[in-house]
Amino acid sequence: MEWEAVIGLEIHAQLATRSKIFSGASTDFGAEPNTQACAVDLGLPGVLPVLNKEAVRMAAKFGLAVGATVAKRSVFARKNYFYPDLPKGYQISQYELPIVAKGKIEIELESGEHKTVGITRAHLEEDAGKSLHEDFHGMTGIDLNRAGTPLLEIVSEPDLRSAAEAVTYLKKIHSLVRYLEICDGNMQEGSFRCDANVSVRRKGADKFGTRAEIKNVNSFRFVEKAINFEIERQIELIESGGQVVQETRLYDADKDETRSMRSKEEAMDYRYFPDPDLLPLIIDDAFVEGVRKTLPELPDAKRERFVKDYGLSNYDASVLTTSRELAQYYEAVVKAAKGEAKLSANWVMGELLGALNKENKDITQSPIGAQQLGGMICRITDNTISGKIAKQVFEAMWAGEGDADAVIEAKGLRQVTDTGAIAKIIDDVIAKNPEQVEQYRSGKDKLFGFFVGQVMKESKGKANPGQVNDLLKQKLDNK
Amino acid sequence: MSLSRDQVTKIAHLARLDIAEADVAKYQSELSNILTMVEQMSAVDTKGVDPMPHPFDLGQRLREDEVTESNQRESFQAIAPQVEAGLYLVPKVIE
Repeated sequence: MEWEAVIGLEIHAQLATRSKIFSGASTDFGAEPNTQACAVDLGLPGVLPVLNKEAVRMAAKFGLAVGATVAKRSVFARKNYFYPDLPKGYQISQYELPIVAKGKIEIELESGEHKTVGITRAHLEEDAGKSLHEDFHGMTGIDLNRAGTPLLEIVSEPDLRSAAEAVTYLKKIHSLVRYLEICDGNMQEGSFRCDANVSVRRKGADKFGTRAEIKNVNSFRFVEKAINFEIERQIELIESGGQVVQETRLYDADKDETRSMRSKEEAMDYRYFPDPDLLPLIIDDAFVEGVRKTLPELPDAKRERFVKDYGLSNYDASVLTTSRELAQYYEAVVKAAKGEAKLSANWVMGELLGALNKENKDITQSPIGAQQLGGMICRITDNTISGKIAKQVFEAMWAGEGDADAVIEAKGLRQVTDTGAIAKIIDDVIAKNPEQVEQYRSGKDKLFGFFVGQVMKESKGKANPGQVNDLLKQKLDNK
Repeated sequence: MSLSRDQVTKIAHLARLDIAEADVAKYQSELSNILTMVEQMSAVDTKGVDPMPHPFDLGQRLREDEVTESNQRESFQAIAPQVEAGLYLVPKVIE
């Protein structure tokens, strides 16, 4: 039996505002518990929410970036449930009239094929606090610093057909919100979270199967594993005669499995209704146009430009545009390297990203600045150093030993391009290896490499490889 | 429209109201009466009328994104039943 998975994602992106969505408390991460939870966040009697303009602007910015409609009029609703991390007894969210509706985004599948994923809606809501279940004599500790942090909940259409597709889409949205500077994308700190709705159906069927919702999975890898586990679980369940129940499931990364959180019987009844504390949100054209002006070049456009202007492959351009910071870094390197786009791409993607990965750093933490790397590339193109020696220079710059020029001087790495000096080394090598010379001249061409190696070794790697090749050929062949 | 006993108990549970078994019948009839009264509005033709989310025909005013609240944890926690290590303590809520 052939099965097909149907997946939709609900992404919660914490908006990078300074203050909360409905109060003037700070949203900084990592403060002492409850020091950033004011009367509004605590839901004390008599308080009133006042909406943060910046949160509205950021939601609209996202809407424009995914070609969605930014609603002229949207409405906040109360989603009722009792849970101590939300002391009001309800979450302020948007229900029937969200601020962003009907967008779409294109993803590139592993096969190279492009696929458009629908974005049903994106709405503004407030985050809840955190519950800590350990060490409080059988009680639960509540930290409400996070309560009231603005969230943009981005809901996709059930357009995704595999865990890999879901992760590709998730990464795309992750990259987009960071490009837009509306969310820092930090998954460990919970700034970017994801719930997955997963169901399976027989291939070719047009009705969806019953879905299960997997809650709050906090890394790309776990999203993929959780969805794959859930697909397998549902297929096995149905094939053995069972039925999938609509429920919320939690992914346990240690056991690599999902398990039931709430059963259908106690399913939540949220009883949404318009929040009487908040008037409808009215946005005029001027506001939307103002936001449109702040849109940066988006990842897809940037990638296309990199291919066109720098002559990069689609793959290289995709890697270099994964984040806005990396793209900026790369462009600065190219500029400093006087337009050596391809060589710059090789160094950024090869040595630099490799070294950063090894130390678990991102591009903003690179010990080598773009100017420095570009400067080093100039020394390769003007023949001061060879590509091989450049790796030594790179390592020295990484270790904080200064710019390329300083390193080259201090370590005496300048390439030998003086023909006389190289010829002298070649003569020595030829004199020292009469047997090999004989063999080479009697037709053993492969030995050429041996001579190049010897000359490079004698010059401590500093002889210009092109000149060594030319001179060596002359001297070996013309005698 | 009339509510069943089960519906009344469910509504009470959702609102976390502890109602006495003996009072269920009374609530059942009172709530049903309210619903019957509200039901009269269904007779009005609302075709082409936008749902009204708020009685005032106004949009909401927005706040600039500024931190205006300072740390008042001590005052807030002075009236909390139980606190520890800066946290509010509540009965265990693990699902």
